[in-house]
Amino acid sequence: MERNLTHVALFAALIAVLGLVPKLDLAAGVPITAQSLGIMLCGTVLGARRGALAVLLFLALVAAGLPLLSGGRGGIGVFAGPSVGFLVGFPIAAFVAGWVMERTTLSPAVAATAASVIGGIGVLYVFGIVGMALVLGKTLSEAAFLSFAFLPGDAVKAVIAGLVTQSLARMRPASLLSRA
Amino acid sequence: MLTLTSPVETWAHRLPAGGKLAALAGVTTALFLVGSPWLLAGAFAGAALLYLTGGVAFSRAGLRQLWPLWPFVLIVGLWHLWTAEVVQGAAILLRMMSAVALANFVTMTTRLSDMLAVFERLARPLSPILPPRRLALAFALVIRFIPVMLDRMGQIRQSWTARSPRAPRWRVMVPATLAALDDADRVAEALRARGGAG
Repeated sequence: MERNLTHVALFAALIAVLGLVPKLDLAAGVPITAQSLGIMLCGTVLGARRGALAVLLFLALVAAGLPLLSGGRGGIGVFAGPSVGFLVGFPIAAFVAGWVMERTTLSPAVAATAASVIGGIGVLYVFGIVGMALVLGKTLSEAAFLSFAFLPGDAVKAVIAGLVTQSLARMRPASLLSRA
Repeated sequence: MLTLTSPVETWAHRLPAGGKLAALAGVTTALFLVGSPWLLAGAFAGAALLYLTGGVAFSRAGLRQLWPLWPFVLIVGLWHLWTAEVVQGAAILLRMMSAVALANFVTMTTRLSDMLAVFERLARPLSPILPPRRLALAFALVIRFIPVMLDRMGQIRQSWTARSPRAPRWRVMVPATLAALDDADRVAEALRARGGAG
């Protein structure tokens, strides 16, 4: 019981910290922020249910007025802006990534990379594109065109999520709650 | 940690948080139902006036909060100039900026603790599966652990650069995540020793 709560809370804090890490720090030359990496890791490490709850907790604190989104954004305003779809998709992305991770028996690296691509890119972009189309009054294909600017960075992050999950599985197999 | 609440006290700081959120929900829904650019321009002017009642410093802070929207304003603006649907483009931009500005206004005039209290009240119907005390504890844990984790991220980075000529990049993620998992276990033990999470 307490372990569930603390894991959810500490991973919510991890997502926040990853949004505050400066760009360019994670991979050479690719200007990416690590926030969506945190979303992917919530799914692949904590599993579907706990991962989604951690993301929801993080979003609640953002909505409450903490500037925790990458670039120091926060407040209710971000839920009225063009990236609202991505924010709504965050917990669902973590859930799907965790679900994929729980259901496969592949090695942690492969499973976590695949889970991050399916959840953290596939599912997330569906929500993000719909949200952007609604707020900016564009068609879905036009919004998709705008969103694909983030695709290279997110692909890198999915691979990093796979590598990090694999390292955790090797160093401390019991810590991978999605496979417990 | 710094919140987005404005240190400049305005009349809106004294309104109840729940009322402000309900009004915001109503106005935002209305904004998305309205199509007339004139009405939307009126809404935007109204939002601007709302900020000005808080004074110049407050309005300037509000303007800074709108700044992250500029890439979208640029893209949509150019797009509609290109397709010569300028009025439609103006309506889209006015709607988006009014909605974001009004939401930011609520955030800037509401203390974090008041906002979290509203969330806890809204979550009360869920109390059989999510006891309010546990939710409050979760909020407090996250707020407490963000600075702790930031510090540790810095330490991990420093100890990496002390040993390697190369930049740490993504490799700091492994010890950072591991530390978060260990902390979670230790905090859980500490909570249990003090009577559990309720």
